[in-house]
Amino acid sequence: MIPLNWLLIISGVLFAISVAGMFINRKNLILLLMCVELLLLAVNFNFVAFSRYLNDINGQIFVFFVLTVAAAESAIGLAILVVLFRERRSINVEDLSTLKG
Amino acid sequence: MLVEVLFWIFASILAVSALAMITVRNPVHSALLLVLCFFTSAAIWLLIEAEFLAVVLILVYVGAVMVLFLFVVMMLDINIEEVRARVTRYALFGGVVAGVVVFEIVSVVWTRSLGLDVTTGAQPQPASYSNTAELGKLLYTDYVYPFELAAVLLLIAIVASISLTMRKRAGLKQQDVAKQVAVRREDRVRIVKVPAVREPASAAAAPPTEEKKP
Repeated sequence: MIPLNWLLIISGVLFAISVAGMFINRKNLILLLMCVELLLLAVNFNFVAFSRYLNDINGQIFVFFVLTVAAAESAIGLAILVVLFRERRSINVEDLSTLKG
Repeated sequence: MLVEVLFWIFASILAVSALAMITVRNPVHSALLLVLCFFTSAAIWLLIEAEFLAVVLILVYVGAVMVLFLFVVMMLDINIEEVRARVTRYALFGGVVAGVVVFEIVSVVWTRSLGLDVTTGAQPQPASYSNTAELGKLLYTDYVYPFELAAVLLLIAIVASISLTMRKRAGLKQQDVAKQVAVRREDRVRIVKVPAVREPASAAAAPPTEEKKP
């Protein structure tokens, strides 16, 4: 069987790649949302791996709920994105300066 | 042995497709590479015997969420060159942060075994073991209240996204519920008296009398 540390390392690599993706694509809102999905996938890897190796199925229940929340989050995020694009004709993060923040 | 080889093949596909996802210029290609990431993750979850979650990952993510992403990417007319300008300015910083994250996680995993023998791997489950049945037993007993809350959360997501994206257009046919409730009988119904038996000769020429109730 696959050792636990291999799974933890591949999940860490996935997490790091998506963090780097947030820096690289920091102007494109759609790619930022995709990177968030990838971050959640990396976290779910840890849950599944530990649940399997501790023989405790509660961890997989948590993955189930994380998937639910992530689906809701991406649906609402994309709805906001569509409204934003209709309003501004752009999804560039730097154009969103109405609040002068 | 075969499982380990398959794991390394899937892990390298996963890492390469994630790297390609964050670096390609076209958002449609990014979305498709993210689909590949989710699919490969589901394969790895199958290897560590989390069958139900692997299937859910493919159904929910590849089937629903990523299709939604593709819809939005193709619907919005994005100027790719403008969005991807000045990428290299942040690429170095992002790479440094990612390297630090990998270094920290790898060092923790190598030095601490958390009381587990991390290098051997779990024992395979017997053939009669059903991952789905075990999850179902726990989900509908101990976690039934969070399960209902998750359902409410999804309902809220549906209502929120529909109400956010719905807009008023000219010529759109829709119901006005207040108007429908406020309507009275007098506005709609007109009672017409029709004689049940037609009179033979003389009354045939006269039309039936009409009476509108107040």
